[in-house]
Amino acid sequence: MTILRRPFFWIIAAVIALFAAVPSVGNNVELRESLLLAAVYITLASNINMILGYAGYVNFGSIVFFGLGGYFCVWLMSAHGWPLAAALLLGGVAVSALALLFGLGILRLRGVYFALSTIGVNEGVMAFVTNFGPWGGSSGIYLSPALFLPLGGPAKALWVIYYLLVGVMGLSLYLSYFVKRSKFGLGLLAIGQNEDAAAMLGVPTPRYKAMVYSLSAFLPAIAGGLYFFKSAFIQPPDAFDLQLSTETIVIAMLGGQGTVVGPAIGAFLYEQLRGWLLTSPTFSNFQLVIAGVLLLAIVLFAPGGLMGLLYRRWPGLRRFLE
Amino acid sequence: MSALLQVEGVSKRFGGLQAVQSLSFAVEEGTILGLIGPNGAGKSTVFNLINGVFAPDQGRIVFRGGDITGEPPYRVARHGLARTNQIVQPFTNMSVIDNCVVGACFGRENLPLARAREAARTAAELVGLGDRLDALASQLTIAGKKRLELARALSARPTLLLLDEVLAGLNPTEVERMIGIIRSICASGVSILMIEHLMQAIMSLSDHIVVLNSGAKLAEGRPTEVAANPAVIEAYLGDPGLADKLRGGAQ
Repeated sequence: MTILRRPFFWIIAAVIALFAAVPSVGNNVELRESLLLAAVYITLASNINMILGYAGYVNFGSIVFFGLGGYFCVWLMSAHGWPLAAALLLGGVAVSALALLFGLGILRLRGVYFALSTIGVNEGVMAFVTNFGPWGGSSGIYLSPALFLPLGGPAKALWVIYYLLVGVMGLSLYLSYFVKRSKFGLGLLAIGQNEDAAAMLGVPTPRYKAMVYSLSAFLPAIAGGLYFFKSAFIQPPDAFDLQLSTETIVIAMLGGQGTVVGPAIGAFLYEQLRGWLLTSPTFSNFQLVIAGVLLLAIVLFAPGGLMGLLYRRWPGLRRFLE
Repeated sequence: MSALLQVEGVSKRFGGLQAVQSLSFAVEEGTILGLIGPNGAGKSTVFNLINGVFAPDQGRIVFRGGDITGEPPYRVARHGLARTNQIVQPFTNMSVIDNCVVGACFGRENLPLARAREAARTAAELVGLGDRLDALASQLTIAGKKRLELARALSARPTLLLLDEVLAGLNPTEVERMIGIIRSICASGVSILMIEHLMQAIMSLSDHIVVLNSGAKLAEGRPTEVAANPAVIEAYLGDPGLADKLRGGAQ
């Protein structure tokens, strides 16, 4: 296992361990809630990074995976009595399969047209769910508190959900790491640089694009399942929130799209900033303005994001980080 | 013996422009075929039809005995047909070696990553980029980028290489080097179909020449035959009598 000898493998492992251990010390619930959101952001940003940063396709509607995953999980548990693990897994698989279908269609488009169509997918799915009776239509689905009992009651269940989300975050980081180092990842990077040249060299571009679109749906769908199970409530505007989708792109670009650590660092910083702005009396709900300014500043002055700046200052870092 | 590549009665129209008209020719195994003609004759379109960027309106393209007409570029590349672009298209933010690894990974041999690195390095060294392996493609000069195009195509270890004006924009020393490289590629068993405007170069390199004018084949033959053909001289120089005058002047 040569992979175990790479420092980066252990850096990811250390991050996961820190996330799991720190709030557990002294049962710090407040810190846990903050880190839980950070884990969700890291999951979303790492997965969008595979299509945005590697393959160069801007997906504005990536939140549709998160929302659909939430719906599948909540619905399977409430209407069919499935256990959490099975509902999460089926949700992930179903959303990935749907993404593959959507992807084969919209990935024929490029550039702005693709970006616009991803918003269309999110809005279309939201309109469908809003009118879909079995999923509660516009009023959504409520979960019975009794569903927390198999996890040892509500207090303990929140910890279990947190650990599971940290696990999903860790898997997301490993996934984007392994994809980047694989032949598949090399093909994606080539597509991101010049799709026509990649095709001429033999990269099966339609298949690879559909595969990465589908792959980037799996873990966000599971994270969505956990997130909405925790809320015990899901309705269309929360599940398919375009604002969160846009924030995810800002996060990936802030940290450095195309790198593995960048989106994670970006997500962590953005979550801290958001938390502060939300609670500050002067700046309440101001984070979107900040996000807009940040995005503008990144595009203009640091297209490589934080990782781009770090690599420029210390090129040697490339040997340890990805 | 059947040829490596057969272009059979291929036509392509873009709106009101008949870019290529019932064109037929064949590339024999182990040879260099030169495709020449005035600007706008349809040479690059012929390349785009062969490697699947466009599908022809009529006709067939047969490569190694199989019909590849209308197949997308990534499938054509898998069959062992690699090409370079007239306007270089490097992966600018990737290193020279990674550019070549893409060619090796996804080309004819479909190699796994580790072995692709070897093939990529060999190809980069062959074209003289061995000391720039870790440089970003964007840092190369135009001559370097042209060589990278060639190295990337070669990394796939193709059976047929399509070269679209690899000599254009190079200085005389670089042209000299590139001609040497092309000769050694051919000697290693790769057949070549090349478009070139530098007449001395293509006349000395090619075993066989096809002349294209307004999308149709004007003449075909050995370099010396083609160079002496009055119709070819007329297409290039625009004066039917000029061939005779030139010949008269030479005597």
